[in-house]
Amino acid sequence: MAGRGAPGWGLLWALALALGGLPRARGIEEEPGGAHGSEGFQVVTFKWHHVQDPYIIALWILVASLAKIVFHLSHRVTSVVPESALLIVLGLVLGGIVWAADHLASFSLTPTVFFFYLLPPIVLDAGYFMPNRLFFGNLGTILLYAVVGTVWNAATTGLSLYGVFLSGLMGDLRTGLLDFLLFGSLIAAVDPVAVLAVFEEVHVNEVLFIIVFGESLLNDAVTVVLYNVFESFVTLGGDNVTGVDCVKGVVSFFVVSLGGTLVGVAFAFLLSLVTRFTKHVRIIEPGFVFVISYLSYLTSEMLSLSAILAITFCGICCQKYVKANISEQSATTVRYTMKMLASGAETIIFMFLGISAVDPLIWTWNTAFVLLTLVFISVYRAIGVVLQTWVLNRYRMVPLEIIDQVVMSYGGLRGAVAYALVVLLDERKVREKNLFVSTTVIVVFFTVIFQGLTIKPLVQWLKVKRSEQREPKLNEKLHGRAFDHILSAIEDISGQIGHNYLRDKWSNFDRKFLSKVLMRKSAQKSRDRILNVFHELNLKDAISYVAEGERRGSLAFIRSPSTDNMVNVDFNTPRPSVVEASVSYLLRENVSAVCLDMQSLQQRRRSIRDTEDMVTHHTLQQYLYKPRQEYKHLYSRHELTPEEDEKQDKEIFHRTMRKRLESFKSAKLGINQNKKAAKLYKRERAQKRRNSSIPNGKLPTESPASTFTIKENDMEFSDPEEAPDNGVEDMSGGIEFLAGVTQDSATGPTAGIDNPVFSPDEDPGIFAQVPPWLSPEETVAPSQRARVQLPRSPGTFRRLAPFRLSTKSVDSFLLADGAAPESTHM
Amino acid sequence: MPSAWPLTCLSKRTPGSGPGASVSGKERAQRQAVSSDQIEQLHRRFKQLSGDQPTIRKENFNNVPDLELNPIRSKIVRAFFDNRNLRKGPSGLADEINFEDFLTIMSYFQPIDIAMDPEQVELCRKEKLRFLFHMYDSDSDGRITLEEYRNVVEELLSGNPHIEKESARSIADGAMMEAASVCVGHMADLPRCCGGPVRPVAVIPWGGPELPCAPLPLTA
Repeated sequence: MAGRGAPGWGLLWALALALGGLPRARGIEEEPGGAHGSEGFQVVTFKWHHVQDPYIIALWILVASLAKIVFHLSHRVTSVVPESALLIVLGLVLGGIVWAADHLASFSLTPTVFFFYLLPPIVLDAGYFMPNRLFFGNLGTILLYAVVGTVWNAATTGLSLYGVFLSGLMGDLRTGLLDFLLFGSLIAAVDPVAVLAVFEEVHVNEVLFIIVFGESLLNDAVTVVLYNVFESFVTLGGDNVTGVDCVKGVVSFFVVSLGGTLVGVAFAFLLSLVTRFTKHVRIIEPGFVFVISYLSYLTSEMLSLSAILAITFCGICCQKYVKANISEQSATTVRYTMKMLASGAETIIFMFLGISAVDPLIWTWNTAFVLLTLVFISVYRAIGVVLQTWVLNRYRMVPLEIIDQVVMSYGGLRGAVAYALVVLLDERKVREKNLFVSTTVIVVFFTVIFQGLTIKPLVQWLKVKRSEQREPKLNEKLHGRAFDHILSAIEDISGQIGHNYLRDKWSNFDRKFLSKVLMRKSAQKSRDRILNVFHELNLKDAISYVAEGERRGSLAFIRSPSTDNMVNVDFNTPRPSVVEASVSYLLRENVSAVCLDMQSLQQRRRSIRDTEDMVTHHTLQQYLYKPRQEYKHLYSRHELTPEEDEKQDKEIFHRTMRKRLESFKSAKLGINQNKKAAKLYKRERAQKRRNSSIPNGKLPTESPASTFTIKENDMEFSDPEEAPDNGVEDMSGGIEFLAGVTQDSATGPTAGIDNPVFSPDEDPGIFAQVPPWLSPEETVAPSQRARVQLPRSPGTFRRLAPFRLSTKSVDSFLLADGAAPESTHM
Repeated sequence: MPSAWPLTCLSKRTPGSGPGASVSGKERAQRQAVSSDQIEQLHRRFKQLSGDQPTIRKENFNNVPDLELNPIRSKIVRAFFDNRNLRKGPSGLADEINFEDFLTIMSYFQPIDIAMDPEQVELCRKEKLRFLFHMYDSDSDGRITLEEYRNVVEELLSGNPHIEKESARSIADGAMMEAASVCVGHMADLPRCCGGPVRPVAVIPWGGPELPCAPLPLTA
């Protein structure tokens, strides 16, 4: 780090010095400004004081962000040390510099700034991107840890410290039992910011993560109540606290937590409803999400309810409807803005925690108190976790193992919430405030830096189950859906009310009523997870396809007939008549949105150049779902992009299906040459896999019970509109059209597309006849064209239609190259 | 087909005690079927469903009101009468099932005890998988054809009135293709199941061992 980070550090030093110097500079610069002010009009004036505050804030943000860049210059450092720890250290260094330059600790994390500006974005981000199913599936566990666990931590830590204090080990402190309990309640809560920051880098499995993180979010209500209760008790004085006050405290817990949740849900409802009607103000759509959720936070703060709970539940409840209602661009904007705000706030929090610590005024050292606090919070957390888990495991279906418990105990990080709360204490009431503040700072630094640093090796050493980061497969989604239905059906049949039962009922209610109210009509239609996955997979394939094409050089990946590329027999210049026929056919077939540009192009077709243009256009429309290049820069504040997407999406979707059917069909029909190509393809694969144990495609017969296979032979295409008529109906896209051209000129009875994976393998003879020089990949591609073809590795051979295109091109390619030698065999 | 009676692969578990409850080694060793409490509870439910008859017919399931909204209701009910699931034969449907059969079906939904030895766990998982497979494979030929898969997907998506049949079909097609490609990807690992590289058949990929084997809930 020293080597690579050195320039960065230098930069930071310079910046820090500049920051330290600025306030002093102000005094010097202002004087001449004032002196010359009376001399009439000034062309240039230097008004530092005018911009001072926002300027300093902006500079701090800049410093923090630059620091992040610097940290990530060295991957090795960030993979070992959590960013939060680095930021704290940076804050300490910067604070030290400023202090050394100024002897003035002017910057510190004030509770107002923290609670009003830095915390809400982080919590909103957490709520809005909360994996709801996981969260509600583990809600019982989370609530137990959040409520009982936090109370346990607060009580045991406070009481134990008081006990030690009575023994006289801490020396003379001006405190009583209530002060200790107050301290215990603010130090007890696991901090969402710290947990998120550290656990995000550790990647433990989802269940573990959601339990620790959910606990840190939901314990806010407990913390707020305990803190308020004990603070008021301290104010009242220990002798004046009555039993009624205690009961009031318990009642206030329910009011604060349920009230906060209700406020959140109410605002989520409002937000969902508002986004339903933002169709014509797309550009400010994302703003609603932030403003309304922030209002939920402020509202519950105003009503002295749990603000964190409010904004968390606002995010959790609105996410489904908002994501469905707002446009795709707005969703992306919301996502990025939210992540940016949250990550920025987190950065600033940790840096300022470091800076705030550099203030000799707050430091009061009491070794026994500090050390014992550290010991108690760790030990009691561990004990609490073990006890609660023992209870929970009697009810949990998937028990929490010992390893999980270790991580949960160790992951109980304290953070900025505790710090902000302790700073809020009134020194007149809590006379040992400074001791509490410095202890809290030590605890926060210890947990974030030491535990944050060691939790990763610990997780690795304990072999905690990690989370798998991968995209959901379409099949997984489908089966997952089926499981849900099956499980809820079984619960229905067995007459038991369980998770699945409740979820099923909720989703029915949601579909019948909530979605109808809160979702746009159009969104209700397309709003299905499975459809989404399908769509996303399509999108991804299209993007990778295009990216691949671009990488290989502009639009060469489109198999277009062009005059300058006549190497292959198949790609003869198409006769005008053929083009015309195809075009008119196309127009007849497809008088929809996608074809609009085709019609405009119609006037200037005829020439091959134009044909190519048209095909290019069409292909782009089909396969570049959201081509970045096509976004025009509009200098309007209210319009972003024309709203043609939905229709287009649907068209693309259906096209994709048709294409897929087509490929199945041709696989079924299996026209000879294509099959050969497919066979070739398969053989390559076979060689690649070195799986020569099954030489001629015959499968070892399995017993019915053990075959989990899907046989292609059983496929039926009974639907008349999909009649196996060589795909004429389906030639609607530019590519099929092109295929038609190719077919005509090649005079061969070819099927459009062949999906090698699904093509039947009735005739192993052909397989053997493939000329040997055709089999290895390198020799298949002697022509110019071949070099621009897409790679045919299994990795790129993926599911969906855009890919179909590439398979086809590969196949027709093999056709082209293989035509001559194969004809000699025939 | 393994002859193991499915109940035997279920470890003893009293209702209310989760899998994590401390089960002593001795108890773990002597595997027992569903606990008597559970059986009693299920028996009550069975009588309620059948209207105090010794057997249940398909029509009896119509009386379960919550089941009505279930899009794959017919498939699930069918599974209860599937001879393969009942271990009565390689194919076909039973007309009616008695309580023992009912219990057999329910036992597929017992959670897997992670304390069991790996072989037992494996067996249990296979049983569960097989049950699901039978649900998809409606003609009992040991294969899930595209048509069968489409059927399932159509039913699955029938809950959403806005999804057209064609969309459902193409999703099924896409899933099948994905299955094919995933299967090809893992061909070396799954030679038996996929039939090697030259046979263009596909397996439904389970997306790792987690998905299908996630302990189905304690339903009784």
